[in-house]
Amino acid sequence: MTSPTDARRRWMSVLAQASPAELETRLRDVTAPPHRMLRRPETGLVMVRGRAGGTGARFNVGEVTVTRCAVELEGGAVGVAYVRGRDQRHAELAALLDALLQDPDRREGLEQGVVEPLAAAQAARRRATAERVAPSRVEFFTMVRGDE
Amino acid sequence: MLPGLADPTLDSQRIFRSVLEAISRPGRIVDVPSTIQPPAPLHPATAAVCLTLLDFDTPLWLDDAAARPEVIEWLKFHCSMPLVTEPAAAQFALVSDVERMPALGAFNAGTAEHPERSATVIVQVWALIGGTGRRLRGPGIADEVRLDVAGVPAPFWAWVSDNHALFPRGVDLFMSAGRVIAALPRATRVED
Repeated sequence: MTSPTDARRRWMSVLAQASPAELETRLRDVTAPPHRMLRRPETGLVMVRGRAGGTGARFNVGEVTVTRCAVELEGGAVGVAYVRGRDQRHAELAALLDALLQDPDRREGLEQGVVEPLAAAQAARRRATAERVAPSRVEFFTMVRGDE
Repeated sequence: MLPGLADPTLDSQRIFRSVLEAISRPGRIVDVPSTIQPPAPLHPATAAVCLTLLDFDTPLWLDDAAARPEVIEWLKFHCSMPLVTEPAAAQFALVSDVERMPALGAFNAGTAEHPERSATVIVQVWALIGGTGRRLRGPGIADEVRLDVAGVPAPFWAWVSDNHALFPRGVDLFMSAGRVIAALPRATRVED
């Protein structure tokens, strides 16, 4: 059972990681209802932080360019998007879809027609990359030293 | 929810210029260029100043009349500022119901070492009338300027004088009405 927050988090992630061209193609069959911009697409920098080994001390990895956008549908639903890069259209489409996906009547259709195909394409891309780099993988290991 | 500034960069620069004009020429009534349609009870000038000056670094105190869900949601979305419930903890204070405004002494006046850490208080008044009313003198005023503020409670001008007496400590005061603002920084003296 996934909470509504988890479900929204997932589709926001999929939309943010989709390529703008893919989004545009998938959205061709979706009729966008009237909406207005609460926050027009704007680009800025976000500091990405990491932990050494996933559990160590927090450190700044580096800054990444992010474009964000917020739209509001006529019914009052607010869609938000933060996408990597400077593609304003990408942020706008992702925000619009986020707003539409919050409508229970449209969610099922959009999940099937837009989110799932995009997620499948992303998984395939990740798998292809993993397969391509797997043969060059080097396993490091340390011999036990005598003084330990 | 209502949109904020149409062009956040250029609009906030224009509004900031008018805020600067108001604070450097105390008592002068300055137009605030803005096309914002703010949630009630905020006036366009009040909302424009808030959207321009507030961000995640500036704790804000709202009076009861302003602390409505629509206002809080709108300000949080566009400014991301933290809200505080104690007037003394705020860096910015917004008073929308001027008749029930707290005394200026309730807000943080800074310390002798750090007078710049004092609060900026934005009070939404009924009207600002120039050329009549109280006589103001001080830095930024060539000779004297007169300003009348409609709607303020009886002890208002005494509070402003007490605030000036704290100098270099003290709060800086902005008054807004409709689409205009005027400022009474701590350095301004009120005569008669």
